[in-house]
Amino acid sequence: MDIFGIPLQAFLGQLMLGLVNGSFYAMLSLGLAVIFGLLGIVNFAHGALYMIGAYVAWISLDRFGLNYWLALVVAPLLVGALGVVIERTLLKRLYKIDPIYGLLLTFGLALIGEGLFRYAFGVSGQSYPVPELLQGATNLGFMVLPNYRAWIVLASLLVCFGTWFVIERTRLGSYLRAGTENPALVQAFGINVPVMVMLTYGAGAGLAALAGVLAAPVIQVNPLMGSHLIIVVFAVVVIGGMGSIMGSILSGLALGIIEGLTKVFYPEASNIVVFVIMAIVLVIKPAGLFGKEA
Amino acid sequence: MHGARLGKLAWAVGLLLLIVAPFVGLYPIFGMTALCFAIFACAFNLLLGYTGLLSFGHAAYLSTAAYTTGWLVRSAGLSPELGVLAGTGLAAAVGLVVGLIAIRRQGIYFAMVTLAMAQMVYFVFLQAPFTGGEDGLQGVPRGKLFGLISLRNDLVMYYVVLAVFVAVFLFIVRIVHSPYGQVLKAIRENEPRAVSLGYDVDRYKLLAFVLSTALAGLAGSMKTLVLGFASLSDAHWSLSGEVVLMTLLGGMGTFAGPVLGAFTVTGLQNFLADRVGSWVTVIIGAIFVLCVVAFRRGFVGELLAWWQRRGRKS
Repeated sequence: MDIFGIPLQAFLGQLMLGLVNGSFYAMLSLGLAVIFGLLGIVNFAHGALYMIGAYVAWISLDRFGLNYWLALVVAPLLVGALGVVIERTLLKRLYKIDPIYGLLLTFGLALIGEGLFRYAFGVSGQSYPVPELLQGATNLGFMVLPNYRAWIVLASLLVCFGTWFVIERTRLGSYLRAGTENPALVQAFGINVPVMVMLTYGAGAGLAALAGVLAAPVIQVNPLMGSHLIIVVFAVVVIGGMGSIMGSILSGLALGIIEGLTKVFYPEASNIVVFVIMAIVLVIKPAGLFGKEA
Repeated sequence: MHGARLGKLAWAVGLLLLIVAPFVGLYPIFGMTALCFAIFACAFNLLLGYTGLLSFGHAAYLSTAAYTTGWLVRSAGLSPELGVLAGTGLAAAVGLVVGLIAIRRQGIYFAMVTLAMAQMVYFVFLQAPFTGGEDGLQGVPRGKLFGLISLRNDLVMYYVVLAVFVAVFLFIVRIVHSPYGQVLKAIRENEPRAVSLGYDVDRYKLLAFVLSTALAGLAGSMKTLVLGFASLSDAHWSLSGEVVLMTLLGGMGTFAGPVLGAFTVTGLQNFLADRVGSWVTVIIGAIFVLCVVAFRRGFVGELLAWWQRRGRKS
């Protein structure tokens, strides 16, 4: 069976790959949106934190024999702690000045991270094995679905909607949202806003690391893996509008799928399709699809 | 001594230094590369320092012009001055398109949009047939300027690049001091107020963006002539970051700052490249962090602030 002259198997395969990429876009843009909401900082280092997450997984298997499932817990905790340190020592100095400095500082941090890992591990990729439990593929009748890719999509959906639930539906989330609107008032109600800000950045960093661990078995772990991804995620965030949590999840997934489909129909454009869509969205609706600001 | 006169003196000394530099040990190729980056950083500063717009994708315009000039001069046999003109023009055209899209968002979004558009340009050059992909566009001859002066000699080329640099520098000084430049500063200081005063802010910003991208293109065209090649690293986002660093380190919103920054960063990279390998990225990143946390005014900004404090005391 063909769809527009493309074999159905290939079509569904690319659709699945697109959905996997979209899962990463969603997780990363979600973290960016949460950090931007509370700290007012566009975290350029997000890609580097994602890369470090993947390396923590690889190192802990290679050097310490810790398996995938432990890495899934250890990497976000370690990178989250790194995030807390970064926030306490550097970012907190920037809250009162122009937000472009936050972008520049985190850009510098991304360069440092990338350079250090390049020094330690070189630029060639390290492969990370798919965990035993998720090896192989399931035949769905109309397509063969690799189990690990299905897990990525499932896990990221769980994480994304979990985060959405915490922020939009719980008391903790209401503090966070209130802190975004008016930190001084929230502080006056007896909530420790600086600690909340610190933990938010830590959680965002942890989220990026979690995405890194999920990605480790399907890509080559290398120091440069984060830098291209973060630029695409920036475009995703501009398309979705950074103000909305659900907006970043949905646009992340949708753009991943569109990118996957472009690979089927016009492979040459697959690298740039997200940027083209961004340009079109900016012309039609400058605030982004889900954005609130004018 | 009076501040303005001292400033003029400093400029004269700087120019004199650049003129005699090749005779007192400056390696001409390094001097020319640094001057090209100085043009690039001055162009960038027009936008960041005087209009308050952070473009995080200026490598796109430098590389557009670099490839255009390289291809026209090498494969189409154009003279160097026409090649440079065409490169600069095309960079301005790309700048116009990106500018029209990017000025629809303000502040931090502007930076993200320009970065994303530059990444798109990077991928176009990666895949386009005429750029030579990963190898780059090699073997661009320098040719004869106006059909008369051969640029093969490094010293001749150096003075041509220096002349272009001085022209760009004076042009930017002229723009900033013109009524148009005053409006740009007003936009930088308080955009809503500039709007309420009746200025069509978007048009002012767009023109500043196109001017800046054209001059960035000029830097790229000159660089291709100097080095004889254009490559993908001209279009890479790390170069867009480096020009921010040059401007920040030297002092944004000052005339001399970007020039000093360009010489410092280019010199540092040349010096470190053979000695420390991949630590260069780490060191550049660390300087970035240091600049943002403790040194936001840059060399020239700090110097001016110190001078003003001193003037008040005496």
